[in-house]
Amino acid sequence: MTTKKFMMVNRKAPYGTIYAWEALEVVLIAAAFEQDVSLAFLDDGVFQLKKGHNTKGIEVKAFEKTWGALEDYDVTKLYVSQEALAERGLTADDLAVPVEVLSRADIGKLMEEQDVLLSF
Amino acid sequence: MLHIINKSPYDRPALDSVLATGEGAILLIEDGVYAAVKGGAEENKIKGAMGKFKFYALTVDLEARGIADRVMDGITAVDYAGFVDLVADNKTCQSWL
Amino acid sequence: MAIEVNGKSYETDEEGYLVNLGDWNEDVAGFLAQQEGVNLTENHWEVINFLRDYYNEFQIAPAVRVLTKAIGKKLGADKGNSQYLYELFPYGPAKQACKIAGLPKPTGCV
Repeated sequence: MTTKKFMMVNRKAPYGTIYAWEALEVVLIAAAFEQDVSLAFLDDGVFQLKKGHNTKGIEVKAFEKTWGALEDYDVTKLYVSQEALAERGLTADDLAVPVEVLSRADIGKLMEEQDVLLSF
Repeated sequence: MLHIINKSPYDRPALDSVLATGEGAILLIEDGVYAAVKGGAEENKIKGAMGKFKFYALTVDLEARGIADRVMDGITAVDYAGFVDLVADNKTCQSWL
Repeated sequence: MAIEVNGKSYETDEEGYLVNLGDWNEDVAGFLAQQEGVNLTENHWEVINFLRDYYNEFQIAPAVRVLTKAIGKKLGADKGNSQYLYELFPYGPAKQACKIAGLPKPTGCV
C-alpha cells in the first residue's frame, strides 16, 4: 500500500460541535490503513487535549482517554500551537498526552510537508 | 435581561455584542464556558464588566471541558436548576447563537 | 431491532450490535455468539474480556491490526497473530468479537 503523509488540522473545541470527535475517527481510520498520520492542534483545537474532562453531566463520550490509544495505532506526532495555548491560559502541563509544542510558523512548515491535509 | 452565550469567545465575538447592550446577567454554556477560564484572553474584559453584568457558567459544561477548577473569581457556577432560575428571574432572555 | 435473552429485551442496531453498552452480560454474549455461529470457549472469553478492558481504558474498539499487536503484548505471541484470532472469530476478530463483547463496531472496519 502506498503510504502518504496525512495531517489532521484540529481547530475546534470539543463537545460544542462534532468536529473534534470526527477528526479522531478519521485519524484512527487512516492509521488502521497504516498511513503516516500526524495531528496539529491550532486555535480552539488545543482545548481538545485539556486533561480532566468529565462529561457525565452532558451525557456524551469523553474522548480524552482515547488519546492514550493513539500510540497503539503508531500515531505519535501530535503538534500543538504555543500561541494557541498561551492565548487560552494553558500550558503543556494542562494536556492529557505528551505533545510537541511548536510555534504557528513551525506548524505551518510541517503542513507544507504533507501529502494530504484534512481540516476539522 | 439574561444573555446566553454558547460559542467559544475565541471563535465568535458574542461577548462584545452582549457587553454593548449595557447591563444584565450573562450565562455561559457549551463552548461559551471557555470565556470563564482564568488567564484567558477575555479575562480583563469580563473583570471590567462585572459592575454592570452578573456572570454565570453552567457547571456540567465546565466539568466536561476539564475547566471547572479554572474559573475566574466573580463568575458563579450554576447547575441546570440554577439555569432555570436565571431564565425565570429575568423578564427577557437572549441567546447569542 | 432487538434481541431477547432470558425473557429480557435488548436493543440492537441494524447490524446486530448492542445499542447500549450497559446492557451487556455473559448471557447476552452467549446469545450473540450463538447468532454468529461461534461456540464460546475459554480462548474466546480471553479475547472478549481483553476487548472490554481495552474499551474501558480507551473508549474505542481497536482496529484488527491494533488488536493483534495488543493481544500479543498481553497474552503472548502465539495468540497475537491474525491466524489465531481468525480461527476463534472467522468473520473477523475485530468485527465479530466486538459484537459479542457488546462494543460498537471498530472505527475503520468496513
